[in-house]
Amino acid sequence: MSTLPVLRTSPTAKHMDRLMRGILWIIALGFIAVLLVFVGAILKQGWPVLNLGFLTKMPETLEAGGGIKPQIFNSLYLVILSLGLSLPVGLGAGIYMAEYAGKGRVLQFFRLCIETLAATPSIVLALFGMIVFVQTMGWSFSIRSGAITLALLNVPVITRVTEVSLQSVPRELKEACYGLGATKLQTILKVALPYAATGILTGLVLTAGRAFGESAILVFTAGTNTSGQFPDFRLTVPGETLSVHLWYVTSDGTLPDAREIAAGTAAVMILVLLILNTLVRFLDRAIRRRTR
Amino acid sequence: MLIPQTPETKPIKLSVKDLAFSYGEKKVLDGLTLDMHAERVTAIIGPSGCGKSTFIKCFNRIHEVSSAVKVTGDMLIDGVDIYRGGIDVVDLRRRVGMVFQKPNPFPKSIYENVAFGPRLFGVNDRASLDILVEDALRKAALWDEVKDRLKESATGMSGGQQQRLCIARALAVNPEVLLMDEPCSALDPIATSKIEELILELKEHLTIVIVTHNMQQAARVSEYTAFFWLGKLVEMDLTERIFTTPRERMTEDYITGRFG
Repeated sequence: MSTLPVLRTSPTAKHMDRLMRGILWIIALGFIAVLLVFVGAILKQGWPVLNLGFLTKMPETLEAGGGIKPQIFNSLYLVILSLGLSLPVGLGAGIYMAEYAGKGRVLQFFRLCIETLAATPSIVLALFGMIVFVQTMGWSFSIRSGAITLALLNVPVITRVTEVSLQSVPRELKEACYGLGATKLQTILKVALPYAATGILTGLVLTAGRAFGESAILVFTAGTNTSGQFPDFRLTVPGETLSVHLWYVTSDGTLPDAREIAAGTAAVMILVLLILNTLVRFLDRAIRRRTR
Repeated sequence: MLIPQTPETKPIKLSVKDLAFSYGEKKVLDGLTLDMHAERVTAIIGPSGCGKSTFIKCFNRIHEVSSAVKVTGDMLIDGVDIYRGGIDVVDLRRRVGMVFQKPNPFPKSIYENVAFGPRLFGVNDRASLDILVEDALRKAALWDEVKDRLKESATGMSGGQQQRLCIARALAVNPEVLLMDEPCSALDPIATSKIEELILELKEHLTIVIVTHNMQQAARVSEYTAFFWLGKLVEMDLTERIFTTPRERMTEDYITGRFG
């Protein structure tokens, strides 16, 4: 009678397991370190500039000591407007792709379009926006030109996120809903979308963050000036944002305190993004508790 | 083909004639002909992949939600073909409830799970919903366990409670037929026996078709048993007869565990 071989996890496999854990740990640590150094440097440079005056004063064009009040407003205003335009379209397209489109050529083509739009460099969208809205439509450098072009940047991301989130809804839940006599629309509204909400929300915030930081598109469509009024909700006036301001003051060079203004602006942007992302984590947890 | 020892008094509720079913090119069911009686439990047994689940899902046409399927033959409920044009699938699914293999409560409160169905049909006032929810939970033998925590999340319940909640949810829209697709396969023996007791109570008012891998379960809860093999019906008869004196050798081999 032959003896069966004894099965033992080999020492090499255990070593590899530990090694891999170490490597991943180092990568994660390195990542956090880079981020801390980066954010730290920006905040350190910007901190001396950050005071109430800087946040609440109008900008100067030639003298030192200007603020960034209208740029903060324009950044938030443009993010909200562009999301307002892109959310219904992106949500609708995502729902269509996940729930209604067949698996055939039409869907493939639709997806190709969305992916191409998503991969389009923002400078290309910027020039497109300038030619179409600023020049052809005659809207000049304005909030509306900026908001619509920015929406083009947002739509593919929101579409994709909506589609993926809806696809992650467990089939059993949808079947349970259909099994009770629900229509497709009822199933989407009452089961699929609530379940997908946290995913869609996270995507929405990433989109908002990207729109908030976008510069190329807005330089060419919303312009590098502010209207001089505050708050100015008009859609027809130019609307320089924080990121455009940051670029403009450093490249223009007429301001004696351009360096300080830029450092302060960068710090404000980083802080807004930090707040935005923290807010989302809370919202996400709250929604998850209710819908999962 | 059916020769009961005592004549069957209940009318035929579900009637299947020469049913064939395919997913795309793949034929899953072929040449099925069988009848099921009202207020009786019919068990469907057979090895994995023989088409049992596919078969019962034909009764509420839930396949059509996710895949392109082809169905030929007749499938009648109370003499009306449910695949004929003009049949409202949504209404059909209200009349033919389903309990799935894995408990699948919605990530909502216990109350909202049961109220979900009635709400779909426009019942929204609190008083009516309260009555419907309590009634369905009582029928599913769950009321006493959950009446003090109706607001709590259904996902925090035990597996057995979740499955009875799914039964209550199905009952809340007042179905005539209840399809059960291996409802106990994810449950422990105690939870299983509770579901089995429940089935015996529910059949007073419902036509129940249950798919099961558990021979004892089929013997305990059903009046009739159908044995499927490779998408075909091998034999259907009174459960008692299937388990004592089956006509087909294959049925006997399966039941006694010689294959399957």
